Amino acid sequence: METLVTILAGVLVTVATYLLLSKSLIRVIIGTAILTHAAHLLIMVLAELKTGTVPIVGEGDPVDPLPQALILTSIVIGFAVTAVSLVLAYRTYQEIGTDKLDELRGEPDE
Amino acid sequence: MKINNIILRTVAKLVFFIILTLAVYLFFAGHNSPGGGFSGGLVLASALVLLFIVYDIETIQKGLPIDFKLVAAFGAFLSVGTGFGALVFGANFLTQAFDYFDIPFFGEIELTTVTIFEAGVALAVVGVVVTILLSISEDE
Amino acid sequence: MSTLVLAIFIPFLAAAIIPFLYKYIKNIHVGWFVILVPTGLFIYLASLIPDISGGEAIVQTINWIPSYGINITAYLDGLSLTLALLISGVGALVILYSIYYLSLKEPIGTFYTYLMLFMGAMLGVVMSDNMLVLYVFWELTSISSFLLIAFWYQRKRSREGAKKSLIITVSGGISMLVGFIMIGAMANTWSIREVIAEVASISDHALFIPALLLVLLGAFTKSAQFPFHIWLPDAMEAPTPVSAYLHSATMVKAGIYLVARFTPVFGGEAVWFWAVTGVGIFTLFWGSFNAVRQTDLKALLAYSTISQLGMIMSMFGMGSAALHLGYSDESMVYTGATFAALFHLVNHSTFKGALFMVVGVVDHSVGTRDIRRLGGLITLMPITFTIATIGSMSMAGLPPFNGFLSKEMFFISTLDITEASFFGLGTWGIIIPIVAWIASVFTFVYSTVFVVKTFLGPYKEEKLEHPAHEPKPGMLISPIVLGLLVIIFFFVPNVIGKNLITPAMSGIFPTFAAEGADLGTDIYAWHGFEPELFMTIGVVLFGALLFFSRKYWSGIYNLFPEKRSINVFYGFVLDQMEDKSTVITNKYMTRYLRDYMVYIFAFFILVVGGTFIYTEAYQFTLPENATISVFEWLIVLSMMATGITILFAQSRLTAIVLNSILGFGIAILFVLLRAPDLALTQTVIEAVTTVLFLVAYYFLPELEKENTSKKTKSINLFISIGVGVVFTAVALGVQGNRGFDTISGFFENSYELAGGNNMVNAILGDFRAFDTMLEVVVLLIAGIGIYTMIRVKAKKESDQIEDK
Repeated sequence: METLVTILAGVLVTVATYLLLSKSLIRVIIGTAILTHAAHLLIMVLAELKTGTVPIVGEGDPVDPLPQALILTSIVIGFAVTAVSLVLAYRTYQEIGTDKLDELRGEPDE
Repeated sequence: MKINNIILRTVAKLVFFIILTLAVYLFFAGHNSPGGGFSGGLVLASALVLLFIVYDIETIQKGLPIDFKLVAAFGAFLSVGTGFGALVFGANFLTQAFDYFDIPFFGEIELTTVTIFEAGVALAVVGVVVTILLSISEDE
Repeated sequence: MSTLVLAIFIPFLAAAIIPFLYKYIKNIHVGWFVILVPTGLFIYLASLIPDISGGEAIVQTINWIPSYGINITAYLDGLSLTLALLISGVGALVILYSIYYLSLKEPIGTFYTYLMLFMGAMLGVVMSDNMLVLYVFWELTSISSFLLIAFWYQRKRSREGAKKSLIITVSGGISMLVGFIMIGAMANTWSIREVIAEVASISDHALFIPALLLVLLGAFTKSAQFPFHIWLPDAMEAPTPVSAYLHSATMVKAGIYLVARFTPVFGGEAVWFWAVTGVGIFTLFWGSFNAVRQTDLKALLAYSTISQLGMIMSMFGMGSAALHLGYSDESMVYTGATFAALFHLVNHSTFKGALFMVVGVVDHSVGTRDIRRLGGLITLMPITFTIATIGSMSMAGLPPFNGFLSKEMFFISTLDITEASFFGLGTWGIIIPIVAWIASVFTFVYSTVFVVKTFLGPYKEEKLEHPAHEPKPGMLISPIVLGLLVIIFFFVPNVIGKNLITPAMSGIFPTFAAEGADLGTDIYAWHGFEPELFMTIGVVLFGALLFFSRKYWSGIYNLFPEKRSINVFYGFVLDQMEDKSTVITNKYMTRYLRDYMVYIFAFFILVVGGTFIYTEAYQFTLPENATISVFEWLIVLSMMATGITILFAQSRLTAIVLNSILGFGIAILFVLLRAPDLALTQTVIEAVTTVLFLVAYYFLPELEKENTSKKTKSINLFISIGVGVVFTAVALGVQGNRGFDTISGFFENSYELAGGNNMVNAILGDFRAFDTMLEVVVLLIAGIGIYTMIRVKAKKESDQIEDK
């Protein structure tokens, strides 16, 4: 299972990297969202999977709860990041009239 | 966004309260079973988002005149404040305390400062999520 | 009690209060309140003189970062006290002077705030025992000096002068910091006293000489020694009270203080002796030689300050020779140079302060400082003339003024040092008195120029902005006080000698003091017909000759044209650095996100992947895998498929729906991986994110087919696959190599420790509540950020409507 999930994370990283390299701001933002997913999976995998019960006292020998707490924090922050970049993107589009990164270069020596 | 859909509206009214109950349940359940400030707050926020989608923003704001920026700020204040509260009692920053109390009718109940902290988290989450969505959709 | 530490911080406190006083009290010049600070400090410090002159030193400590041994230790011995008295005493006089110099129309609130910042920092420099604290205060003096030079920031020359002084002094400061860190590493302490006590154990260390040179670099830049002197003339763009205070009496003495303070550590080294003496003597000559050609009175005084600083510096260098020999009758002779240096330090502050103030008075009165336009002011400004004459004659080293005493002692020291037989002084030592004497001749010439060109000769009113007149009496108080001190110090020099300088000497020669040496020297004006007297007479005769024959030999300055000066070289280097770095930066900063991403990912592949292969970490020893059910296979495979499909999505709606599928897939995975909290949160957040995307799409354009070339696309694909492969390989490699045991056992006690059964929530709310708290704050910041990004625009539009 660990190997499989790691490979899944690897595939997601590949997809996210490709999206980050594209010209369109929307694609870049979706890329960051996917990168977050991959990171979560990686954190999960590193603390061996399915070695116990849910991390609640009294349910038996639990799995490692620490990565779960870390990921929970990251999920909410990820949402905030996506929201901020989306608003940045559409405000840029409103002001400048393009969401293509190669057209957003501005003037040299700005 | 104006959607004229009777079925959606009727269902939404019903579902809203179910989600709301779920949110409150999750918030309090978080101490001992899955749930907690984040999940509770997010579910509550999603309930509000549902309302905003089904009805238009003006209608909801008339019925629910809350400034969600203030909710978010209050939540953050509460979370940080409990940290400083611990200092007042001579403990380290953010030390949480809990104890068990006997209350008539309810029996033994656990009261803990984590609940205040979590309430701050939940309020901040609700406030921020709704503020973000409202800001974007109110933009002309 | 830590009154001494408090004394350092009082000026800072004043700096914080002054803006409010300035804002709310309009009728009274803020200077009248500010002057209380240095006056009070001066009285307090003066009250400590009896203790200090008894040979005691006061040490008080306030802990700052005790775990790193960094504490604010105020250490007051004779040396510190001498400087501290200068700082507070001259400070009080300068503020009194500035009350009349700066009108209420100027932003005097800022002026006095900066000035108090400087005063506190300077007191901190001379009283700190901890090297790192000393460094902090040191840089603070540079910064406050920068702010004060740029006080009239509307003028380009002010800004450039400020920038130049900042660049030079701060670079020196940083090298000094490196030197301090080397010393700290060698002696294993940050305390200067402890370093001095342990000097025997560190002097053979390989870093000893580098540390010495680096510390000296700091001292030379601060004290405007050749070739770093170029910032001082440009710093004259500051208001004259600032020039009088920072750039002649106090701040530039910080470098000299540093040399004096570290003489017990480094003195006795040949490198130290020759660096300090050599640079000092040459600066003495170069400064006086260049002062003669200046036409601006302040520039003349600036070069004269450079020259005098060089003289003091060289005396400290010569004095350090005594430490080479150890305590003996012979070595005691050389300590006389150090004594003279300290005495001249005080004298220079008095006469140069007075002279700067005189220039300020003249400038204020007639509106120019150009000696080609000035002349004949003697009848119109008699008091100013008197002070100028006193100051100039003291500067030239004539009796009956204090400059004569220290100059005589300087000549004695230069002659004494030629008799030494170490450090190669037997051969080269003779150069020192010769250069010193030539420099003194030029000193005499520019001192004469200063007085004669300004006050004698024909009065040229048509060339002046305003007709000459004596200023308000208040403006003359400070220069008169300083002028009187110049004379008083001549007649009763031993008051200072006994009470301040002798205790300061035992701080510089602690080993001698420990052996009971009498480090004091009796200062007296008449030595009999000794060589030094003939040297002075020679200076006067040749000086007068040179002054009157000026136009015949001034062609010599054409040998040093402006376009080959250090100044021009400095400007050239700075310009080139700016140009070249712009060119280089523009080469790779293409202002295109994709290129930056390519750098990052290429670095990731090369360095992380390279390290991975280089360290042979690729031997995967996978731990026992958990079993995979058919259902899990399905979920994972469909997620992979979804992920890849996103790349081919033609419409943004498809893309976001696919992204949601990924998110919900991960939520299901969380359920399978025993993480109910995560699954719950992920589900809700995915729903909200989808709504967010949809709402934002209302304002965003539809996805277009990217018109990227095939080549770029294949590069992108190559990089992505590279990143994915490296990521997967490292992640798999890590799983087989666990460096530590898991710490999760601790959290399993969540019920006993935090009163909750849900471990994840106990971690979030209790064990690691700090993270969660900051997360909430980050979330709030994101919310406010989004709100402002949208609302700020709305405000701008309404403004435009109002404009119409």
